[in-house]
Amino acid sequence: MKSFSKMAYPYVVWMCIMIIMPMLMLVLYAFTVKGNDILTFQFTLENFARFFNDTIFPSVLWRSLKMAFITTGLCILIGYPTAYIFARMKPNNQAVMILLVTLPMWINVLVRTYAWRGLLGYVDFSSEMRVYVGMIYNFLPFMILEIYTSLSKIDPNLIVASHDLGADDGETFRRVILPLSLPGVVSGITLVFLPAVSSFFIPKLLGGGQYVLIGNLIEDYFITSGDWNFGSAISLIMAIIILISMYVMRKLDRGAKEAMD
Amino acid sequence: MEHKTKIHERIFTALVLAFFYLPILYVVLFSFNSSKSLSRFTGFSLQWYEKMFADRMIMSAIGYTVLCAVIATFVSTIVGTVTAIGLSKSRRILRETVNQVNNLPMLNPDIVTAIGFMLFFTSLKIRTGFTTMVLAHIAFCIPYVILSVMPKLRTLDPNLAEAALDLGCTPLEALWKVILPQIRPGIISGALVAFTMSFDDFVISLFTTGPGVSNISIYVYGAVKRVNPTINALSAIIVYVITVVLIVMNVVPMIRERKGKNNEKANNL
Repeated sequence: MKSFSKMAYPYVVWMCIMIIMPMLMLVLYAFTVKGNDILTFQFTLENFARFFNDTIFPSVLWRSLKMAFITTGLCILIGYPTAYIFARMKPNNQAVMILLVTLPMWINVLVRTYAWRGLLGYVDFSSEMRVYVGMIYNFLPFMILEIYTSLSKIDPNLIVASHDLGADDGETFRRVILPLSLPGVVSGITLVFLPAVSSFFIPKLLGGGQYVLIGNLIEDYFITSGDWNFGSAISLIMAIIILISMYVMRKLDRGAKEAMD
Repeated sequence: MEHKTKIHERIFTALVLAFFYLPILYVVLFSFNSSKSLSRFTGFSLQWYEKMFADRMIMSAIGYTVLCAVIATFVSTIVGTVTAIGLSKSRRILRETVNQVNNLPMLNPDIVTAIGFMLFFTSLKIRTGFTTMVLAHIAFCIPYVILSVMPKLRTLDPNLAEAALDLGCTPLEALWKVILPQIRPGIISGALVAFTMSFDDFVISLFTTGPGVSNISIYVYGAVKRVNPTINALSAIIVYVITVVLIVMNVVPMIRERKGKNNEKANNL
């Protein structure tokens, strides 16, 4: 049986080439000057200095973070009640509702986002609001599904017990249901916030090109202007911010679980 | 928790569902519009569907999408399964390391992974095109296959494979006849995830493809800059296909279950 372990070796090689190498390339490009060869590169911090000393770039980064933050908040605000209503339906109706929420997720993201252009033509929204609509449309299903999963795992006996011990509906919700559903909210936040920060086709398709987020900057530097070193530096800055927020989320998640025990 | 859904809850649910479905219904409706307008419905026509099927770019985008998804699914399912089996028999250190590295493309934003691939291919002077796109798809699909096969291997009884060897199977036979059938559900779900990930991918494809090779997502991204109702027809067709597939996937098991119950009844009589 031990001989089977050799079956993993080819993938280890592939993984080094196709996952680790590309990431190293990105870091290498971010720390080197433009136009150098793979063999004769020159290290620099210029790309990062350029980003933070600029007046526009940090504000774009800030705008992306703010947008992802508000999108996540709105998704919780809409998603939590929806999931709560679903979780209290008859089991058959729950299954239908979950299917209805999942179905649009199977449609190609670009098609789904594009679909809003027609409808948004009827309302006089600013480009910022149009981007919010697209963001919430794309990410809300994840939030609903995550919260629904954690709500439906709650043992109904706990709610009965809470009522028996004299708590009314509001108190039961605040002290039993809400804390027990927090892990779902936390994983919902990870699924919404992270992709929202880096999103670039939603602002492009719905914001009419006037609403620039950090993802659009990266795309522009790689596809239009071809300054890959600076583009890599921007990506690295974004990746690091996302890593930090992941770490914070994980801490919160653990905190939520510990609070339950 | 179960309780009768109150009227204000029904209204709220209806609003959320309307939010999800209105844009889709709108696109489907306007795919039958007789004029180019996206805001006024002037009459019924099938011209955008005809134009779509006559459009070489759209047809080639559909072809590339399907071909890429089929190759990526096929390769990543085989490599992912083989790797998962190997890892399940490997030392813990190797297993943990591979899992950590596999996490990178799953946790990183797509655009970062995509740029990594692009820099990697171009620095090696590999011309980007269909091949590089397929390679990238295979690379981001394998971790998902491993992730869905691994849990099945963990619950496997190691004695069964040992027994097969004791009874005279070669290791390969033991693998084929004993291990594979038991982890089949994991392999199938891994393949399904890989297929949908590849089929729907936009960001990684955009950065790893070359001139002249677009998948559906890239085509839509490029085409929406102008008013182009053939996109409505293309979108509508995607909606039809997904709806039919999902209905079949959800209804067939239900019918089968019912039939199973009927058969049971018949047998009991």
